[in-house]
Amino acid sequence: MTATTPETARRAPGSRLPLGGTLGAQPLGLLLALPYVLFLAAVMAWPLIQAVWISFHDYFFTAPAAVVDHPFVGLDNYLSAVTDPQVRQSFANIAVFLVINVPLTAVLSLVLASALNRVVRFASVFRVAYYIPYVTASVSLIGVWMLLFSSGGLINTILGPLAPDPSWLVNSSLAMPSIALYVTWKQLGFYILLYLAALQGIPRELYESASMDGAGVIQRFRHVTVPGVRSVTALVLILAIITGANLFTEPYLLTNGGGPDGASSTPVLLIYQKGIQQTNPDVASAIGVLLVIGIGVLSAVAARTGRES
Amino acid sequence: MNIKRRTFTAGALAAPLAATAACGNGGDADEARSARGPITIWLSNNEQEVAWGQAAVEAWNADHPDEEVSAQEIPAGQSSEEAITAAITAGTTPDLIFNISTAAAPGWVQQGGLVDLTSFEDGTSYIEERSGAEVAQGYADDEGSYYLLPWKSNPVMIMFNRDLFEQAGLDPDDPGMNTHDSFLEGCRTLIDSGVVPAAIWPSPTSEFFQPWFDFYPLYIAQTDGMQLVEDGASTFVSEDGLAVAELWGRIYEEGLAPKEAATDDAMATGDTAMQSAGPWAISSYKDAFPVGFMPVPTVDGSDVETVKTFADSKNVSMFTTSQNQATAWDFLKFATSPEQDGEFLEATGQMPLREDLLDAFSEYFEANPDYEVFAAQAERVVDVPNVPNSTEVWQTFRDHYSSAVIFGSDEVETSLQAAADEIDQLVQG
Repeated sequence: MTATTPETARRAPGSRLPLGGTLGAQPLGLLLALPYVLFLAAVMAWPLIQAVWISFHDYFFTAPAAVVDHPFVGLDNYLSAVTDPQVRQSFANIAVFLVINVPLTAVLSLVLASALNRVVRFASVFRVAYYIPYVTASVSLIGVWMLLFSSGGLINTILGPLAPDPSWLVNSSLAMPSIALYVTWKQLGFYILLYLAALQGIPRELYESASMDGAGVIQRFRHVTVPGVRSVTALVLILAIITGANLFTEPYLLTNGGGPDGASSTPVLLIYQKGIQQTNPDVASAIGVLLVIGIGVLSAVAARTGRES
Repeated sequence: MNIKRRTFTAGALAAPLAATAACGNGGDADEARSARGPITIWLSNNEQEVAWGQAAVEAWNADHPDEEVSAQEIPAGQSSEEAITAAITAGTTPDLIFNISTAAAPGWVQQGGLVDLTSFEDGTSYIEERSGAEVAQGYADDEGSYYLLPWKSNPVMIMFNRDLFEQAGLDPDDPGMNTHDSFLEGCRTLIDSGVVPAAIWPSPTSEFFQPWFDFYPLYIAQTDGMQLVEDGASTFVSEDGLAVAELWGRIYEEGLAPKEAATDDAMATGDTAMQSAGPWAISSYKDAFPVGFMPVPTVDGSDVETVKTFADSKNVSMFTTSQNQATAWDFLKFATSPEQDGEFLEATGQMPLREDLLDAFSEYFEANPDYEVFAAQAERVVDVPNVPNSTEVWQTFRDHYSSAVIFGSDEVETSLQAAADEIDQLVQG
């Protein structure tokens, strides 16, 4: 139940506070939010605006005192980006990654969270166990995965004659799926926590009434749990899409710069190569803007799916 | 002065841009050129180089209390090049950096970050007298300007594990692997003997600089010193380029070299019998196994007395943010003097890019005979070409090379031609 102050209760809809005309009903809230808004504006919004500007101009980095023209070039940088086979391949690679990683993340984290939610003994131990990969530095975990998945690594030793040739990380067909599996495993703990929080909010009575109606474990999961965590599922999908589309560390380290032969190259890896290594920030910015648009569209679809469902 | 990048040519426009950068950074370029006072230098994070640098700075400071030099390591980054690029953009570069990659320099000239050393009265003469005119001119741009002083080289040779060679039945004193065919046969012998899983293990990864340790040394040897790009056009679509690419292609195809990166130091762990390496490897591996070196092979057979190879050099540049360039230039000459070059050689085992190394430091080479072969080789080295879009040129080459030679996805000649077409466009602007 929401408490209503006498003053607000008396005020007619649409009437304004002395300060509230433009600042809303709670100007103090704005003040409290201001530091974070300024942080976001400085660290996120301004660089994004600059990146969009750079993507429409002939731009390269210079010493501060150098006076250099940055003429407007229209869509030239975007044309360079979309006609570059490497860029197209990187977007295709990331699509493969998302197709594997996003559904797998959503399904596995929900199933494991549901199982963990029912565990009574050692619940904390299990939760910590799933969370450890998420909080461990990717660089150190990647070292372990390289040892596991290299040609002479443990996985191939176990598989024996069934081991793929070329091996996982240098196999054009398997490199990106291997990365997708690694990222799914690493991020799972975070998403499990999100689902665990959501599962706590599902009234126990719903499960009891479903049981009384004769629903089994799978039916209860399907008709009570899944709808009960729908809003969190939308969040999980959006976060998985955003983090997955921005993939950099794993192809940079696990497959040594997007190998083999570009099979695990990603847009962000190319942005790094073109923008920082090759000092072409204009084309790199164009790739970045295209990526932001792509992520925005996918995230909007995921959010809409969550709402409609 | 205003410039457009797409019409940029390093030689014609970079010098005015560099001058503009210096002018606008708190004073007149001429004033900075003749000014004296404290300066800062950056060194690589190599332990021995840092020790040498600090000793050199101490020696200088003892005699120049009014022109004190402060030294520090290049700030941490993915690589020195990225840290320096960021520093140029932010205007936080020191006066001098003793670790300049030849491939990265054209980009920094374009950024307006480097001072043209030929603008000092004795700039050209000092550089060409120290390194020899022929070697030095390989580091000049199209206009003959030196934005970097050729400092030191690590001539690339084939390092091998003498024990593994012996176990495989190869003579470590004379492996007889100086032709493409005999090199390939030697690799097969190593693998067939079962003593080692990889005959040679160049990094198969896609970084732009990796060709410097597989294709390029053999290409330089095969062509008697041709660079990847000369006179504004690529050179490697030729019988020689194809021969080198096909040799590596066979090595990968027959499984003599792995297609994935080593998870450890493959030489130290005995997982490979050979590796491309410079003189730095002697001290790095001398306690791990008996080290041997041989020249890179050519089709008809390389001769250790005459073969050329990749220099893998690092250089020194002065930055346009320097406000005391007269002091910086004097310190640069001090740090590359015969005395300091000798100290550097002693401390690091790396070869100063100085003429007549063997005569100049004969005592050192008598005491350290392992390094003698590198000193001789250092007089026959070739570096990367000083061309616009240099990093992009090498990345383009690497991408096509990886596809065809390492992974066998494309036909070698077609890939080299595709790389050449793209590179020609890049260097012509």
